[in-house]
Parts: sequence; structure tokens; C-alpha cells
Amino acid sequence: MFEIRWHGRGGQGSFTGAKLLGVAASIYDQQYAQAFPSFGPERRGAPVLGFNRIDSKKITDRSEIDTCDYIVYLDDTLYDDVVLNDLKNNDAMILINTQKESWHDRIKCIDATQIALETLGLPIANTVMLGFLASFASNAVTKEACIEAIRSSMKPSQADKNIKAFEIAFDKGGNL
Amino acid sequence: MSRNAFLNGNEAVAYGVKLSRPNVVAAYPITPQTKAVEKISSFVQNGELDCEYMHVESEHSAMACSIGASSVGARTFTATSSQGLLYMAECLPYASGARLPIVMMNANRSLATPWNIYGDQMDTMFLLNSGWVQIFVEDAQEALDVTIQSFKLAEDVRVMAPVMVNLDGFVLTHTYEKVSIPSQEAVDQYLPPFKPSAHMMNDEEPMSMCITAGNQHNMEFKIKQHQELFNALHVFEEIDHSFNEKFGRSYGGVLEGYQNEDADYLLVTTGSVTGTARVVVDELRSKGVKAGIIKLRVVRPFPKEAMVRSVAGAKAIGIIDKNISFGYEGTIYTNVNSALLQRGLNLITLNFIGGIGGRDITKQNIEEMFEKLSTVSTSEAVDAVSYYNVRCSL
Repeated sequence: MFEIRWHGRGGQGSFTGAKLLGVAASIYDQQYAQAFPSFGPERRGAPVLGFNRIDSKKITDRSEIDTCDYIVYLDDTLYDDVVLNDLKNNDAMILINTQKESWHDRIKCIDATQIALETLGLPIANTVMLGFLASFASNAVTKEACIEAIRSSMKPSQADKNIKAFEIAFDKGGNL
Repeated sequence: MSRNAFLNGNEAVAYGVKLSRPNVVAAYPITPQTKAVEKISSFVQNGELDCEYMHVESEHSAMACSIGASSVGARTFTATSSQGLLYMAECLPYASGARLPIVMMNANRSLATPWNIYGDQMDTMFLLNSGWVQIFVEDAQEALDVTIQSFKLAEDVRVMAPVMVNLDGFVLTHTYEKVSIPSQEAVDQYLPPFKPSAHMMNDEEPMSMCITAGNQHNMEFKIKQHQELFNALHVFEEIDHSFNEKFGRSYGGVLEGYQNEDADYLLVTTGSVTGTARVVVDELRSKGVKAGIIKLRVVRPFPKEAMVRSVAGAKAIGIIDKNISFGYEGTIYTNVNSALLQRGLNLITLNFIGGIGGRDITKQNIEEMFEKLSTVSTSEAVDAVSYYNVRCSL
């Protein structure tokens, strides 16, 4: 079972990222997945969370997720080192959208906003971070399934740009 | 052909409603049910569902309109939650007393005060005496399937009662997972259009419905209604069976036992917490602990005989309540105890209250519940009611 948490601000598409990952794993990789947001009221700009569980067998656990295999940040201003305690094991890692270089061996960094601006013309980095995540989480989800999930969830013109953004980040992750 | 989609519980209900082809939907949006009625109204808007969607100004009107529509034989659906359910409360016995087969989704949510939009089951427990069938579901697939089944159950001539389908707020309504959506053709075969009985409002033969019955007749009406509501138990079992034959999914009928047959320690659960408890039971079984679950699916009418049969071999039973009947105990605990005592089963029963106002019930909490069941030797020795994942002193 893979457990993943997405951090972002309302409007950055962090839950859409979690949903795309769930579609990829459950519909296109033929596994099982959950995607759920932080429950409650939502406001633009406020910190929000998205969650995923992915497994090869049916998932029945309905409790909250505490420790994670991957923690994804769409916004580095939300990050705090205390989150390192939420990693499940030595393979678990934190993926951050930031202009900074990594400052910890468990943290991988990418300037996803820059990639989003160049490919989408918008600072919405969720599909970029999905690509970065997929490059490390190959046991949880395949690249092909993610691309199919993006293609099936957006208008063709949007999908093409987002797939390009996804692939740039996927390749960057693979080269780290 | 069925197809797989990644849906949350609200959307799963909306697809279940669309496939059931209601004639009328009258609903008012409320968190955490909003997505369900939005989705249904978009189905109507884009022509996927040929149905009269009534945009009412309140839940009281939603139920009043549902009663009107159902009175003329229209297949009718509505949905609500929490304060909305309580606002329509006055209308609920009107619907059940008039034997109107309305189906309603309820997103289980906390009640004010303090105001809270998160999940618990306080809202629906308020309405246990309303004459409605009350069903609880565990996941999005069951939500879709039970929505279809509920029309069949409500409209069965042996039942003729309104049905409430309960989904835990947020935990089910807002969690996306893989759901198999049956084909319209298969659902059409399984659930033909509603054939109203002669006792329906129409122009040619005017009649009075929702009538007055004074002290000469009122009690007989109520007793008849009460007695016939019990038919929902075996009709729901039949429906589970016929649904399984058609769609390949069975949920066990009025309740489902999970690892219960040789279990020493059983938890009685409703709704989504059942799934978390399954994970804990699997772990305990791997360590040799004989733990099991009774997933109570239908709370009204109460499946007394099935409950007694399912728990008979156990040493101790814990009942999880996501509600408090203030001044007494958890409501389902009271109901289970009554069933056991009436059949002479003098088992140790404990009440585990959790999940109020959206509080998580963790796997560790459920382990602690089983631990408590395995160490208690008599009910008298401990407080029967205990609370889990609580931050105040008790």
C-alpha cells in the first residue's frame, strides 16, 4: 500500500493532482486507489491537502493518513522540516516545487512553477508535480497511466500541454 | 456493458439515481451532499436524465414536493444532510404514513450546536422513528448499488415505504475510488418503471390522501404501518440476491458478517468505519485473535433475528456508535442489547463511541476496542460506554 499526501494552497490544483493519480492507478493501471481532499470548507489561497492510497488489492481503510511514502508540495512556503517525521520508511521522500536546491537527502526539488509557466502559460504546477512524483513512484503508478489519466480528464488542447509538462518533470526526476 | 469510473460517494449516488430513471428529483443543496444534487441536475440539464428537477427553496419544500410527486405515482428522489434532514423532519412521517416509496440520500453529518459540517451519525439517529427504512453503506460502489436497490425495495408492494440511504459525510461523500457503473440496459431490466397501485392520486378518480384518522382508527393505521415495515427485511434480502445474480455483487442482505462465524470478539459497525475495522480484523486474525465484524446495513427495520444469529457464538460484542443519545448511550447499542435480551442471549456488550463531529476512528482505536473486549469478563465490572480518540478528560 502506497500512501501519498499533497500540500498546496486552494486554487493550485493539489487535489486535482491527487485525483489524476487516483485515476491513473485505478482505471489505467488496473489497481485500486483512493483520492480524498482535506475535509471541510475550502478557500482560495488557504493551505489544503490531498491524499492518495494505492494498492494492488481493494482498499477498505477509511481512517486518516498519517505517515506517507511520498509527500508532495506544490508550494514551498507550506513546507516545514517537522514533516520529515511523517515519512513512513527509508525509501519515503518529499517532493517540493521550489527554486531552492535540496537541503536534505530525503527531499527532491524541482522548479515546477517555471515548467508550468513555460508549457502551460499558467503557474499551475499539479501535472508537473505528478510527473516528478511518477518518476520516483514507479512501483505505485506507471508513466503511461498518468498520461492517459491527464488525457481523459481534460480538453485535448489542455491535455497536450499538460502531458508535455508532465513529461519534462518525469525526465528531470529520472535524471536526479 | 458496465464501465469503471473514479467517483466519489456523491457522484456514485448520482449515477445510481440516473440509472434508476426517476421522474422527479426535488432537492436543496447542503454540505457534504451538494455534489450529488449538482451532478443529478447536470444530468437533467444535458439531457442524460429525462426527469423533472425541482429547485426548491428549502429541505422542507424538497420533502413536500417529493410527497406530492410520489402521490401521483412518480418515481421520486431527494437528498439532504444534517440540519437539512431535521428541517424536513416534519414531512418524513407524512411520507411514510402515506406509504410513499420516496428514496432519499442522506450524507451523515454532525448537528449544531456547536456548528460543524463534518461527518457523524447524529442526524439520522434523530429520525429512526420516522417510519423510513434506513440503510447504511460502506463505500462508493455500495452507495451506487444500494441507490438502485432502494427504489426496488421502496416500491415493492409488500413494503411501500420510503427509504433513506446513509453515507458518512466526507469520508464517503468526498472520497474518490474505482466504481463499476452498470449499463442502463441492465438496470432497466432489473428495475422496470414504477407501476403505481390503484391507491394513487389522479384526475379521473379523485381521492383524499394523507388523511385524518381519529382515535377510532389511528392506532390501527400505525400498527399496520409498523408491521409491514418489517417486510423490508426479507425483501431486502431477496433484492441483494437478485442484484447479485444480475450484477455479480452481494452485500450480505440486512447485515454482513466478516470473520464472524468462529469469532470470540465481534464489533458491530455501520457505514465507512466497517472498512477500517476489516483491516484491523485481518491483522488480528494473522496473530491468532478470533476477531470479527457484524456490519449492520439496515438499522430500520431492525434485523433482530439476523443479529442474534450472527453473534450467537461470541464471548463479547462491541457496538460502535457514531452518535450519542444524550443522557443515555449510543443508539445502536440500545437497539442491539434489546435484540439480544429478547432472545435470551446474555452476552457481554460494550459501547464504543467515536467519530463524533468528524473525529477520526483510527486503526489503533479499533485495536483498543478489541483489546477491551478480550480482557473484560463481565459487563458489570466496567463502564459499558467508552469514548475513542478523545482529547478531554473523561
